[in-house]
Amino acid sequence: MPETPITDWLEVRPQGLFVRPGGFFIDPVTAVDRAVVTHGHADHARPGHAHVLATPETLAIMRHRFAGDPAGAQALAYGQRLRVGDATVWLAPAGHVLGSAQVVVEHAGGRAVVSGDYKRRADPTCVPFEPVTAELFVTEATFALPVFRHPPVAGEIARLLRSLSLFAERAHVIGVYALGKCQRLIAELRRAGYDRPIFLHGALEGLCRLYEAHGVVLGPLQPVTAVERRALAGQIVLAPPSALADRWSRRLPDPLTAAASGWMRVRQRARQRGVELPLVISDHADWDELLATLDAVAAPEVWVTHGREEALIFAAQARGIRARALSLVGREEAEDGG
Amino acid sequence: MRAFADLIERLVYTPQRNAKLRLIADYLAHTPNPDRGYALAALTGDLRFTHAKPAMVRELVAQRVTPELFALSYDYVGDLAETVSLIWPEKELDGGGPPGLAEVVETLTQAPRGAVPGLIEAWLDRLDANQRFALLKLITGGLRVGVSARLAKTAVARLGDRDPAEIEEVWHGLEPPYRGLFAWIDGQAGPPAVAETQRFRPMMLAHPLDDPAADGLDPGAFRAEWKWDGIRVQLAAGADGGDGGHLYSRTGDDISGAFPDVMAAAAFDAVLDGELLVVRDGVVAPFNDLQQRLNRKRVMPAMLTRHPAWLRLYDMLFDGAEDLRGLPFDARRQRLEDWHARVRPSRMDLSPQLDFADWDTLAALRAGARADQVEGLMLKRRDSAYVAGRPKGLWFKWKRGPLLIDAVLLYAQRGHGKRSSYYSDFTFGAWRDAAADAPALVPVGKAYFGFTDEELRQLDRWVRANTVDRFGPVRAVRPDLVLEVAFDSVHRSTRHKSGVAMRFPRIHRIRWDKPAAEADRLATLEAMIVESAKGPAATEP
Repeated sequence: MPETPITDWLEVRPQGLFVRPGGFFIDPVTAVDRAVVTHGHADHARPGHAHVLATPETLAIMRHRFAGDPAGAQALAYGQRLRVGDATVWLAPAGHVLGSAQVVVEHAGGRAVVSGDYKRRADPTCVPFEPVTAELFVTEATFALPVFRHPPVAGEIARLLRSLSLFAERAHVIGVYALGKCQRLIAELRRAGYDRPIFLHGALEGLCRLYEAHGVVLGPLQPVTAVERRALAGQIVLAPPSALADRWSRRLPDPLTAAASGWMRVRQRARQRGVELPLVISDHADWDELLATLDAVAAPEVWVTHGREEALIFAAQARGIRARALSLVGREEAEDGG
Repeated sequence: MRAFADLIERLVYTPQRNAKLRLIADYLAHTPNPDRGYALAALTGDLRFTHAKPAMVRELVAQRVTPELFALSYDYVGDLAETVSLIWPEKELDGGGPPGLAEVVETLTQAPRGAVPGLIEAWLDRLDANQRFALLKLITGGLRVGVSARLAKTAVARLGDRDPAEIEEVWHGLEPPYRGLFAWIDGQAGPPAVAETQRFRPMMLAHPLDDPAADGLDPGAFRAEWKWDGIRVQLAAGADGGDGGHLYSRTGDDISGAFPDVMAAAAFDAVLDGELLVVRDGVVAPFNDLQQRLNRKRVMPAMLTRHPAWLRLYDMLFDGAEDLRGLPFDARRQRLEDWHARVRPSRMDLSPQLDFADWDTLAALRAGARADQVEGLMLKRRDSAYVAGRPKGLWFKWKRGPLLIDAVLLYAQRGHGKRSSYYSDFTFGAWRDAAADAPALVPVGKAYFGFTDEELRQLDRWVRANTVDRFGPVRAVRPDLVLEVAFDSVHRSTRHKSGVAMRFPRIHRIRWDKPAAEADRLATLEAMIVESAKGPAATEP
């Protein structure tokens, strides 16, 4: 049992979660003096902090996105322990994207785990999630409704390849988030034996190169601009979701619009976005996995952040867990990342 | 069930007609009997399960899922079948494997009411999420995948390299799972034999025409009649059929059930072509009145009294067993008139032929027909045989000129498929005097065609540059751009805020030059409403 309750030293401030004995924020939404960052997505990694602690991969991603920033960066590999003020900090893999981590903070005999975003499925592009038992667990709730149960990825990839053979004259343009989903989809296609070049929107090229530099094999990639329009018929083209409905997609021959996201589970959502081929591939835990994680972490207290908190709190309380919603600024539903 | 579920899934998301056709044809080609036959019946709306109801599905899920979690989920997803399909707890499969489509259909058809919930529950346990969705949509009626019966039959025709008209002709004599049909399509047997009254003879259609004189048509070679504003139908009545005959829509849908009044009058042996209308005391009612009678499985007696159906006859295809379709139009018309004088059927009259010596006379008649119940004129070559489809040079529809208003663009929505990157669906409004000092724009209609590709590019650019708000795929724009909108007619509507509904609105011109303040007022539109009874009177022969 901790000597002091964790709620006495882990605070919710307007900028984000603040670890008082260590004097640092976790994933603060505005620039602060000291920040620990779970992963490189824009709603977690912000520019302008004076000091940043994160995995080497996350720091590389931040440097890529923020042109050199952060200046005062300190890399901490998974499992490596670091004394910060009166607290001990270490990072455990979160399985969300390359370099994603749960922040484990120990102080006064107690342990809190702030998981950031996480998933439990195998992902060829990042280290799998590692459950860490704790007294307090902070969890995401992006897909925290029992209707969200992600199907096996292999089946979704098979649907994509089947469509590619049935509509061989149409460019299959898939909306993917630039960090994580893009590279995971490519890696899954390679795993399924797809060895043709995959065409990229310009906004995706940099992070693919970064992944490759970290040893993730993505196979032949080409910018869309490198080939003639006709040559894209029957090819796979990846683009940020915002580009699908934009004028950019007009350069493609008779595009068939696909999207890879956990949101694609719900038909109305997919149709609203004009998606013809929804692929349910998510980088977040689904309902069953969220509950299994609560069991594995075995924390008597859980704070639930960004997403459908209500259902997860209900289910956690039914398991005898003290659960409450944690309203953090700047964590609105970011659907592109699903 | 898996292949069927995959098909349903793809159809839900595929907007293009041709892509849908390929998906269906591909499914039918790769799926064995009798599964493919039941899938076809599901698409054409020919499967009915009377014992399976949405309320029963709700009860089943209530036994498996905590009510609070179900409520939160249903609230989020919005569709019952989809919520249940996604939320159904998945057990380890018991080795039974998913049931086939035919197993589901045949078991459910024969099962007594009390056994149905148990059957569905057991199936839900053996299926994955997509298959559960397909099962629930299948049994509770209405797949709603944007596939008409016509489209499904066209896919069958494509599979066997046949004309869709050939499928239509035999369709109503067939029963699921259509083994005879597929044997024929596969080239293993001749066409299936069906009763005469169950045959739908594909209709002869007309080409649009702007000006017969300019097209060099010889007025002496043509007959003219009004183009009535109802729905074109074929009545196949036969003494031998024993089932009272059938009424078919232009696309071959059997609509007999919605028109028992017309069917009761069909006590003869003939196949007739005509316009279905609502007629009161010899006067044709507006199309809206007929619309009340369409798409109903059952008709209330009050509806039959208030909206009496009528058939205005254009043509005769069969007189008894005699096929008249090869005869010239004039000869068929004579046969129709003789037959009508002899049989004197109730609820039916002849569409009158118009006297004219030259196109100017006819143009004057057409210009005078500003009434709601006439869409314009039909011109038919006197020597034309009755040919299925839209043969060239024989029949023409010469629609009256459209009505026009200047409206202000309010919202734009992205299109589908090739147009998915363009704002191509336009909602426009007219001015309403809310208060004397604060006139407001009220939406009056929506149009998504009428413009050229170049104009679409210009409109798209304008929408992007003038967006003031976004709601999902819809953008609200600065009310600055005036569109000249053409439409066929306008009606009162209680469903629209403006109180009016336009028929066939399309973008006629983009008035880049016109200030929005000078666009038309709602009152202008209201003045164009034709209430009733001003059309050319019905003629009793």
